[in-house]
Amino acid sequence: MTAVLEVDNLSKRFGGIVAVDNVSFTVNDGDILGIIGPNGSGKSTLFNCVLGQLMPSEGRVRIDGRESTGMRPCDLNRLGVSRTFQLLQVFPQLSVRDNLILAGQEHQGSMATRLFGRPDAGLGEAADQMIEFFRLSHLASEQAGMLSYGQQKLLDAAMAFMAGPRLVLLDEPAGGVNLTMLGLLRERLQAYHAEHKATFVVIEHQMEFVMALCTRVLVLAEGKIIAEGAPEEVRRNPAVIEAYLGH
Amino acid sequence: MNRFGLLTVAVAAVAAIVLPFLLKPFGIYLISMWVVLTIAAIGLNLTLGYAGQVSMAQGAFVGIGAYAVALLTAAGWPFFPAFVIAGLLCFAIGWLLGYPALRVQHHYLAFVTLAFNTLVFLVLRNEEWLTNGTYGIAGTERPHLFGLSTDGARAFYFFCLGMLVLLAAATWWMLRSPWGRAFVALRENPIRALSLGLDTRRYTLMAFALGSTLGGLAGGLYAPLVQFIEPNSFSLNMSFNLLLMVIVGGSGRFFGPFVGALIAVLLPEWMRIAEGYYLIIYAMLVMILMVFCPTGVLGLVEKLFKPKKPPAAAAAPTLKAEATSR
Ligand SMILES: Nc1ncnc2c1ncn2[C@@H]1O[C@H](COP(=O)(O)OP(=O)(O)OP(=O)(O)O)[C@@H](O)[C@H]1O
Ligand SMILES: [Mg+2]
Repeated sequence: MTAVLEVDNLSKRFGGIVAVDNVSFTVNDGDILGIIGPNGSGKSTLFNCVLGQLMPSEGRVRIDGRESTGMRPCDLNRLGVSRTFQLLQVFPQLSVRDNLILAGQEHQGSMATRLFGRPDAGLGEAADQMIEFFRLSHLASEQAGMLSYGQQKLLDAAMAFMAGPRLVLLDEPAGGVNLTMLGLLRERLQAYHAEHKATFVVIEHQMEFVMALCTRVLVLAEGKIIAEGAPEEVRRNPAVIEAYLGH
Repeated sequence: MNRFGLLTVAVAAVAAIVLPFLLKPFGIYLISMWVVLTIAAIGLNLTLGYAGQVSMAQGAFVGIGAYAVALLTAAGWPFFPAFVIAGLLCFAIGWLLGYPALRVQHHYLAFVTLAFNTLVFLVLRNEEWLTNGTYGIAGTERPHLFGLSTDGARAFYFFCLGMLVLLAAATWWMLRSPWGRAFVALRENPIRALSLGLDTRRYTLMAFALGSTLGGLAGGLYAPLVQFIEPNSFSLNMSFNLLLMVIVGGSGRFFGPFVGALIAVLLPEWMRIAEGYYLIIYAMLVMILMVFCPTGVLGLVEKLFKPKKPPAAAAAPTLKAEATSR
């Protein structure tokens, strides 16, 4: 097994707050790692440090064995790492289809070919397939801002897959999504995982979702890792129960 | 574009061709001015309307372009090379002006570009050895096209109109390419755009450079049109005017600048009867429009003519980008 993502002794401080405290873990090829933890335990901050939105205070990140600490998000993305954010992040004025084409276009050719090449950057078909894959076909030419929250959440996730990434980090993909959509989302993620042998890291509060999807779970509390292991094991771990109930 | 839109464009195109044969010289001068300012406003619409980068310096680029063409043709250059140089110069300077936009946004960026405009104005006024200072430059030659002179008012109008069609088509084409999509993404959510692999730095600079180039090219037509340029023509006033054209017409809409420039050029003439009050009336009209329809005249037209859609299933609350920056 080869490590796709390695995080070594990563810390992030905001003034006096230690949001992420000396965290180390490895994600292997094909893993679906779940990250759980109470509100404010540093999960999103960890993502932001791994993906270049924030500069870690200490520690290092490696992607495929290659040092990536401090790389710009756009360069990381072009290495095959993509993400979603906790808060919904689609482009409301672009159509659903354009949102998806946008999500893949920078992986095609150069600045010059993107200017002089085809308007859809050769991604029209791929976008339509993705739209179908996520069951959004009837909304393809609708402005993304006009979709329901759950549909936008699906689109948001779909965008993370447009460039055919091998490592995908999802920050609460199920947050605020109704049960029907949730089942659909989980099924779609599993299908993509099976089809592309991709590696996932998923932050999620929805326990059923985590238990059904993840192969391994890591628990953060107050910026530190307090447990790690198979989903069932972690669920029974007294330290985890304590962290969730002790506040 | 729907049928109504196509029809409007067709009628406007016919009007643009027929009008100069019906108008007196001053009328031809006015519609030529409309053409030239539309080109500059298309540039600002690119930077501000599409890419979301506030610029209060478009007038300065019109000035740089105008002086470049006036000085080079006075030095014996033919028009076309001078015109191209004006565009390239503004591309380069626009690119450089984009750098502050990588650090600051919104009203801070407005102030930076405002300062730049003042700087350009001071250079035009004070560097007399180059620009002739407040005496200005008169009599910029009009181009020859395929051996035909465009000295006449009507001929020069058609020359400018041809340029407008060319430049507008190029802009249209660029906006349909992945670049256009990237510019809108830059405006709507730069953090998400960056995470999707968009080199937002490069697109920001490009938005400034391309918008400024159009400003410079408009200037290259402005000098031979008005036949006398001086620094005051390119003070903050012109930048404000161009900004107004973009916003009144409909920022981020392709035909917004055409409408905005038309209003800005014609309204003062029509309101001459109101004499000294015209600026006050104009200002009030703009204020009313902005309060009731911030999407500009085109937004208003769209609102009036679009069949009402059933409200989409519970539109999601628009959430701000997560505060992740470094
Ligand atoms: N940009 C910031 N500036 C200052 N403090 C921050 C910043 N971002 C996060 N924090 C703080 O860091 C801590 C961890 O926040 P983070 O968002 O990573 O938690 P989380 O585990 O994702 O929580 P949730 O489950 O609510 O999403 C919190 O105390 C938060 O207030
Ligand atoms: Mg979070």
